[in-house]
Amino acid sequence: MAEKVLMKGNEALAEAAIQCGCRHYFGYPITPQTEVAAYMSKRLPKEGGCFLQAESEVAAINMVLGATSAGVRAMTSSSSPGISLKSEGVSYIGGSDLPALIINVQRGGPGLGGIQPSQSDYWQATKALGHGDFQLFVLAPSTIQEMVDFVPLAYEVGEKYRVPAMILSDGMLGQMMEPVEFPEKKETAVADKSWATNGHQNKRKKNIVNSLYIQPEELENLIKERYERYAKIKEEEQRAEEFMCEDAEIIIVAFGASSRVSRSAVMQARAEGIKAGLIRPITLWPFPDKTIEKHVDHTKQFLCVEMNMGQMIDDVKLVVSGRKPVSFFGRTGGVIPTPAEVLAEIRAIAGKEN
Amino acid sequence: MAVVFEKPKALSDVPFHYCPGCTHGIVHRLVAEVIDELGIEGQTVGVASVGCSVFSYNYFNCDMVQAAHGRAPAVATGLKRALPENVIFTYQGDGDLAAIGMAETVHAATRGENITVIFINNAIYGMTGGQMAPTSLPGQVTQTSPYGRDVKTAGYPVRVCELLSTLTGTALAQRVTVDTVAHVKEAKKAIKKGFENQINKKGYSIIEVVSTCPTNWGLSPQEAITWLRDNMLPYYPLGVYKDIDAEGGDK
Repeated sequence: MAEKVLMKGNEALAEAAIQCGCRHYFGYPITPQTEVAAYMSKRLPKEGGCFLQAESEVAAINMVLGATSAGVRAMTSSSSPGISLKSEGVSYIGGSDLPALIINVQRGGPGLGGIQPSQSDYWQATKALGHGDFQLFVLAPSTIQEMVDFVPLAYEVGEKYRVPAMILSDGMLGQMMEPVEFPEKKETAVADKSWATNGHQNKRKKNIVNSLYIQPEELENLIKERYERYAKIKEEEQRAEEFMCEDAEIIIVAFGASSRVSRSAVMQARAEGIKAGLIRPITLWPFPDKTIEKHVDHTKQFLCVEMNMGQMIDDVKLVVSGRKPVSFFGRTGGVIPTPAEVLAEIRAIAGKEN
Repeated sequence: MAVVFEKPKALSDVPFHYCPGCTHGIVHRLVAEVIDELGIEGQTVGVASVGCSVFSYNYFNCDMVQAAHGRAPAVATGLKRALPENVIFTYQGDGDLAAIGMAETVHAATRGENITVIFINNAIYGMTGGQMAPTSLPGQVTQTSPYGRDVKTAGYPVRVCELLSTLTGTALAQRVTVDTVAHVKEAKKAIKKGFENQINKKGYSIIEVVSTCPTNWGLSPQEAITWLRDNMLPYYPLGVYKDIDAEGGDK
């Protein structure tokens, strides 16, 4: 294996993108993701690639649409308010069946919000990043190593099913440093891109990248076909980590930064004799309902720990369907919960004195 | 028998949906003739924009991408950066280019983005049924300026070529029209230069075509041409506003 290097999350993610063949980056400065753009501006010209600082987030995502239409691996990154601006382009990318990569290094919202870490764009990422019937493949890293590993995964799944992919990170993962290993250079699986609009060279029929269908039945059929792909993604691409869940009576469900805090709390609870466990959704869409389902019967309660006012809890409740209580603990506005706070919640559920 | 007139190869067999007297058809043909003459259909990618011309992706035989409203220059930028040896053009209307897409337009030009822009200025939103455009004339009656465009509240029409000619990155900014045979020939020459500029890596070229919209102007095709001459051309004078090849460059 390759050597471990100490890197900041945003920079490790950018390096991972370059290593898996992304040569086209379009972005706009916004805290706390700016290191991605800065790293790309330093590295891409040396790799013969294109770094372009766009006039707006709106322009940047449409440049990604253009480059992706041409058949190359392109990406953009932003933080929450900037992602809202990109939503128009993301909808067009989804409606045009393009596999682009979008990074959200989340900060507090709504509005200009704050610049500290948050998970309050869960709904936006998993339910409605733009108008219309469509989904993104959404990955939630919890370590800098996952910031690296999820980039090729996002490209591969996105290209396989022709859906846009998002890495939903946050300001904590973006800014912190951890040792990471980059995978040995390998040929990345390049999906068939016979749909690309890269000039037909008088050798094939023309290609059209389009999201406009005036006939309702035609549009409906197209969306239904897309939803068949979504069904396949739900079936085959769910990912989650289970930690001490086998005998757990209280199972925390947490992703990204809040899952790190929750893991510490689970270990402390275990040391006190409380049977706690953790399910960490890795794919937020598709939501790992199979993993949750596995534990509904034997556990007594689920506790969602999020850095928002309670968003993922909706998806957990959908799976649990009232069979067990699902409670919530969260901090928001850029506040990261402490292990002690989460432990206090676990103790309260277990009926133990704090 | 000698063939004296035929459809350009770069145009498909799909019938245009454009209204009688609309000049989109002429401009489509000119673009296609230029693509044929330069022999670039196989390497060209067009970007259709939101408006009446969105269906141009059905009419041109080259690869086509349909962009969101106003975003054609950004989409074209992405395409061009990924395909620097291909020929990328956008085909945009006045609402698309000069209202919702003004930021993308100005910045594509100022970057000297090596693309060709065909800009149809007919002083109205056609596809949505005749609303006031950024290029609607003072006093012009539209669905959203029913008492005529009042410059005190709605401001003045934007002169796009004049505006873009101030930018260093613009290689060519030329305004043409297609109301006479002579003007059609001139328009074709300008469009060809716009494409040649890109092949020669000269930067952003825009050809503004002052056009008609008889349906939404409420005029017959013939009246529309007269209205264009009497009202549009005085406000939007034809000519070369910037040409980096020309002596002195600017008009």
